[in-house]
Amino acid sequence: MFKLEKKANIDKSSVFMVPLSAIGCSLIFVFILFILLGKNPTLALFIIFIEPLLSVFGISELIVKSTPLIIIALGLSFGFRAGVWNIGAEGQYTIGALSGGATILAFYPMSGLWLLPVAFLVAIISGALWGMIPGILKAKFNTNEILVSLMLTYVAILFLSAMVYGPLKDPDGFNFPESRLFHDSGILPIIFHGTRAHVGFLIAIFLVVMMHFLLTRHMVGFFIKVSGESPRALLFSGKSRNQIIYLSFIICGGLAGLAGVIEVSGPIGQLVPAIPVGYGFTAIIVAFLGRLNPVGIFLAGLLLALTYIGGEAAQIKLGLPNAITGVFQGVLLFFLLAADAYTKYKISLVNIRWKI
Amino acid sequence: MTYLLEIAGITKSFLDIKANNNISLKLKEGEIHALLGENGAGKSTLVKIIYGILKPDSGKMLLNGEEYNPENPDFARKQGIGMVFQHFSLFESLSVIDNLMLGQDEHVSRLTVMDQLSYIKDEYDLYLDLNKTVATLSAGEKQKVEIMRCLLQDPKIIILDEPTSVLNPEEVKKFFHFLKKLSSEGVVILYISHKLQEIKELCDFATILRNGNVVKYCDPKILSINELAKFMIGKDINQSYKLSEVEDIDVMNINNIKYNNPELYGISLQEINFNVQKGEIFGIAGIAGNGQSELMKVLSGEINNIKQGSILFHGKEINYLSINDRRKKGMVFIPEDRSGHGAIGNFSLIDNLLLTNLWDVDFFKNGVIDYIYSAKKTKEVIDEFNVICKDENSLASSLSGGNLQKFVVGREILKGPDIIVCEQPTWGVDIGSANMIHDFLLDKARMGATIIIISQDIDELRKICHRMAIISNGKLSKIYDASSITSENIAIEMAK
Repeated sequence: MFKLEKKANIDKSSVFMVPLSAIGCSLIFVFILFILLGKNPTLALFIIFIEPLLSVFGISELIVKSTPLIIIALGLSFGFRAGVWNIGAEGQYTIGALSGGATILAFYPMSGLWLLPVAFLVAIISGALWGMIPGILKAKFNTNEILVSLMLTYVAILFLSAMVYGPLKDPDGFNFPESRLFHDSGILPIIFHGTRAHVGFLIAIFLVVMMHFLLTRHMVGFFIKVSGESPRALLFSGKSRNQIIYLSFIICGGLAGLAGVIEVSGPIGQLVPAIPVGYGFTAIIVAFLGRLNPVGIFLAGLLLALTYIGGEAAQIKLGLPNAITGVFQGVLLFFLLAADAYTKYKISLVNIRWKI
Repeated sequence: MTYLLEIAGITKSFLDIKANNNISLKLKEGEIHALLGENGAGKSTLVKIIYGILKPDSGKMLLNGEEYNPENPDFARKQGIGMVFQHFSLFESLSVIDNLMLGQDEHVSRLTVMDQLSYIKDEYDLYLDLNKTVATLSAGEKQKVEIMRCLLQDPKIIILDEPTSVLNPEEVKKFFHFLKKLSSEGVVILYISHKLQEIKELCDFATILRNGNVVKYCDPKILSINELAKFMIGKDINQSYKLSEVEDIDVMNINNIKYNNPELYGISLQEINFNVQKGEIFGIAGIAGNGQSELMKVLSGEINNIKQGSILFHGKEINYLSINDRRKKGMVFIPEDRSGHGAIGNFSLIDNLLLTNLWDVDFFKNGVIDYIYSAKKTKEVIDEFNVICKDENSLASSLSGGNLQKFVVGREILKGPDIIVCEQPTWGVDIGSANMIHDFLLDKARMGATIIIISQDIDELRKICHRMAIISNGKLSKIYDASSITSENIAIEMAK
């Protein structure tokens, strides 16, 4: 039987050591996995983690994939710091994509620089409103936000399908369940010519800086910190638990919604049923791997994006199953939690005996 | 005469505070022995030593005439000593029987335990559905589970820590009946309490503790409640402080406040009436859990939906004002708990200063916190109030209790408030810091501030208050002059 005892002092270096050792252990794990699958493990690791970084295409794809992960994880980290467990970012992302995309379609074929900002605003507001549903239920009826936000994800995904199969279907699309392709005013500009890398990545970097400022310098960040430490102290400082719950869901839902509209007006360019591909869930790993710190989230977002691209490359070049990406991400979270437990608790083996 | 347990000269210190000073105690077979004292008198420390949780610094214990040095509670249980804590140690999600099984040695089978339990149930009238989940039980029933667990060990001595605090009067009656039956079979009961009426009714013998010393051995049936109270609370009033002048201006009026507590076992407030004047220090005494924290929240605005009665500050009703709106009007609050309420251990002192200041526009601009100004103010608190720490970036948890409390008190006083409402301002604080905190408060009162102190430390209140009242069961007594209140008055008001 294991015995866990809380450590009095937690080493400061654990902020770096925990994610690094989790990444290290995960690499060892997949290394062994590749051997068992009969593949050359060094080559496989090279193809997944190094090769994408050696080409312009790889780098630009990294930018494309990391953008939604970083933006969603920033929002999630805000709530996680406050002790609000929003697991439904995937749904908020889907709603943002749908409402933002629908806005662009509504103004087809009007052109103008105003269109994208309007679509973004609509997506942020609708993502935040969708996020508010579990928030209000938690505040008013003390429901579990983990369950409600997660289940609303499936509602959101089905709602997207219903819209794309129905009202938003492309009138000239031979009955395919897809919307019309967005016209030029509804498409985000590209940063590097000839690639898919779009300005959404710059928005993500801007948000990293903003979130860092919000958390370290602004009152909002202070109250979030208080809320994560002690609900009683929060009340004493003049803020209520419900205010923090609402704020967390608004920020998280808003950012997830923004990530959604960036994705549809960026690489996808239209509304399709397959917009939700799990970024909202992967972003949870990003948030924790980044230690809920904006800069950490930026780096973790890049790493997790790399696993998507590398996984695809390994599928093409080595015939490895695409599931390898999911396996790596899952194992990473597992080792991360283990490393966390190991730094926070002293673990020892004991005989099963009743002791006070 | 032989004694089952003899304790001789037990002393135990925590840092510079002597929690137990040369305590001796003898328990004889079949006796219900009261351990009487106020909070902090040293009762818990003593029983933790007997039960093997703490080790004494000096002194010795004899069990059945043989030396007894319990290594841990397991050892104590094997020697026939059982204990029921005030706070239950049960697994909420497990059934009653599973909880009981967990207390047994590995080789004891479920059937044996069931057998024993059915005997205990019949013998002592302790009926309880063994398959119920503990979480669904009432506090009184949970206590039954603890008692059953204790009885399964076939103990010779049972230590009960404030057992009636979770029982209603009807349950108390039954419980006493049970204890008397148990003692008639030769089991010794060490009964910890500060409820004098109960002790008179139940106990054969009482040892009264005050400030870690035994002040009296007696038969509680012979002594009156007033006499017991006098021993428990002490008589020596240290009137060395010079009190401030009170001006005849009402600063705060509390008129017939009523608050229904929605929490289970929470205390509701009613008939709370008092007024405080400029320069006055007003004390509210009472035993823990009689509505003090509720009253504190009502005064501070952490509860701000009082519909019945009124709270007037400078003549204006503030029932519905939030805590920060009250702070804006010149009120400050010092809650009882320094860890996680009034301050946060994981936060720097600067962040702890901000905790009660983020309504004051000096500390932020457009929502952005001015950390330079905050650091300056934090340094002022540290310097003016003698807070011993490395610097303003130190974590609150790195400070000693006394220094952190000086910081918390200083943080509020520095705002120059009209009124200070504090709860247990010197709880768990060393004597040096406690005296300093009293000085800070008295100084402030001399400069015209009004102070309300809610405290369980009656000596403290008699020392620094002008007037005081006692809160009991959510009701406030009539108001006494602190200089003329007697131990009898206090005991009677507490028992109401």
